[in-house]
Amino acid sequence: MTTLLEVRDLKMYYGTMKGDVKAVDDVSFSLRMGESLGIAGESGCGKTSVALALMKLQPSNAKILSGTIKLGDMDVLNMDDDEIRREVRWKRISMVPQAAMNALNPVFTVKDQIIEAILAHEDVSEREAEERTVKLLRMVGIDPSRAGNYPHEFSGGMKQRAMIAMALACNPEIVIADEPTTALDVIVQAQVLKVIKTLQRELGLSMILISHDLSVVAETCDRTIIMYAGNIVENTATVEIFRHPLHPYSIGLIGAFPKLTGEKKRLESITGNPPNLLDPPPGCRFHPRCPHARDVCSRLAPPLLEVHENHLVACHMVNRHPEYR
Amino acid sequence: MTDMSETLFNVKDLVKHFPVHQSLLDSLLRREVLMVKAVDGVSFTIKRGEIFGLVGESGCGKTTTGRVALRLIEPTSGHVLFDGVDVDELPRGEVKAYRREMQIIFQDPFESLNPKMTIYELVAEPLEIHGMGAGDEERRALVSEALEEVQLMPPEEFLFRYPHELSGGQRQRVAIARALILKPRFVVADEPVSMLDVSIRTEVLNLMLDLKEKLGLTIMFITHDLAIARYMSDDIGVMYLGKLIEYGGTREVLDDPDHPYTQALMAAVPVPDAERKRGDLPITGETPQPINVPPGCRFHPRCPYAFDRCRVEEPQLMEVEPGHAAACFLHEEFHAGRLKRGRLPADQAQP
Repeated sequence: MTTLLEVRDLKMYYGTMKGDVKAVDDVSFSLRMGESLGIAGESGCGKTSVALALMKLQPSNAKILSGTIKLGDMDVLNMDDDEIRREVRWKRISMVPQAAMNALNPVFTVKDQIIEAILAHEDVSEREAEERTVKLLRMVGIDPSRAGNYPHEFSGGMKQRAMIAMALACNPEIVIADEPTTALDVIVQAQVLKVIKTLQRELGLSMILISHDLSVVAETCDRTIIMYAGNIVENTATVEIFRHPLHPYSIGLIGAFPKLTGEKKRLESITGNPPNLLDPPPGCRFHPRCPHARDVCSRLAPPLLEVHENHLVACHMVNRHPEYR
Repeated sequence: MTDMSETLFNVKDLVKHFPVHQSLLDSLLRREVLMVKAVDGVSFTIKRGEIFGLVGESGCGKTTTGRVALRLIEPTSGHVLFDGVDVDELPRGEVKAYRREMQIIFQDPFESLNPKMTIYELVAEPLEIHGMGAGDEERRALVSEALEEVQLMPPEEFLFRYPHELSGGQRQRVAIARALILKPRFVVADEPVSMLDVSIRTEVLNLMLDLKEKLGLTIMFITHDLAIARYMSDDIGVMYLGKLIEYGGTREVLDDPDHPYTQALMAAVPVPDAERKRGDLPITGETPQPINVPPGCRFHPRCPYAFDRCRVEEPQLMEVEPGHAAACFLHEEFHAGRLKRGRLPADQAQP
């Protein structure tokens, strides 16, 4: 598979009154054509910041200190806002934002909002845009007869589907879905995830799904990246991450989910709290909470290395002590 | 069902309807006042020293049930019995004494703690309200003890800090300390971990399990998360649109659900296991508003198994095995395995 998107050593800090919040630190990963990639981690781990940087949508106090984002032959970070708006957003990368139910404008009909998005980015007739809108709504499972409704006439699940339709409006190569089902009830969540999975497969979309919920990633993505405190700690096939997680944080995170079947076991929790990113711990940012930490962990940040084929882990101990595997 | 000495908490035919706000025009035209049927006839018992999990999707009435159970809001009708005493019939003066025995932990520790109060003031407040702990010294000792109980240690380090200086998990511990300082026998925990991150969540859940053992607490644990309900509770009740539709031992209900809605919930929960293949969801559509509750079985418009009787007659909770009841006419068919759980009948299967 060809690589579609390549992020190298991305470093993005947020300037605040108290100093720099080191939200994304030396993050590297790539997305292949047709792949669905999940980025999982707890609140504040930097997963949404990474997504925003991909479209250069980061807030004004964010500083990108280093790194490159290559989209095909485009160098996203060196493009100006106008170029990004014309060439990248919607057409090549589009986004289903967090809390998508509040992202629709309440005073326009759903159909008009999607048509507007198409007309703003493509040189097509209004009629063509309307036809495409109807087709899109049908694809996400909304009866086109409801297209003329206002957002408040839609249920939460339908609004989310409409946002997905809108994200697909200009045939993007990559769709970023940021917590696409977080505010939804389980049954509606299952319905929306099914729509996402089906579309991804049928349209051959490349997708990045961001979630705090590992189980959502497990069900939707081919590959999973686990982030902790602004770093990627593990990156491998989704099946592998659940079968043989290697980073102590990944192991802890997976172990913290209660099971729905089988014997009831006491859950092991990760002790302590995630660090304050104004002043993250030196060395490995997970070391104060890590059961396997040694001296080296508090001195040196572990690089993300390929431990097995296609399995990248950032942990000193994994390399030194195979028994931790 | 259970004999009274085993039962600490008992809810009988609890109903809570909220009137929908009417405009002046509505009342001038004498339009009928619409009612939100948040809780529409719920009965259950909670055994002494056990955790009862109340689960359901948003808007199903689980939170309202918890609040009415503590009489934080008055029920429209129905009874709440605490240790055999009808709480609604207590004279005003005695209600307060019962309140001390029944406490609540709220969902959001970022909102439920007054930001202007120190941790000491927050945890000591219930003592003040109930006139317990004579003198500052005794109060201070009780507060320290409560903080130790929830593992905020050493307590001196927390006493004079403010909520904003604490992490989410620590704040929820303060909320738990506040609830436990009166040494209640019964606690309602309303989604106590839904605002917390996964790694923090586990600690709070384990703390609650430990405290339950240590203090012999009886807990009503309200959650939308089936996996957490399974982890925490001994017995479980599943609510849909204001009614309990399945009820029983946690393992019996979740491992062998006999109501199609419980089956659908179980099928819909994503699990952190990439190798599990999910079948098709047995139901479609979304939960209707509790203003227009469908006639007959309230689940029938979404139920793949619905037949004529379901559209006209409302099924009551019917026992499928001792202590396990489901409000579905087909419960025996599911229980005996004649109908396959959570699978669409072949003729209705979707492409």
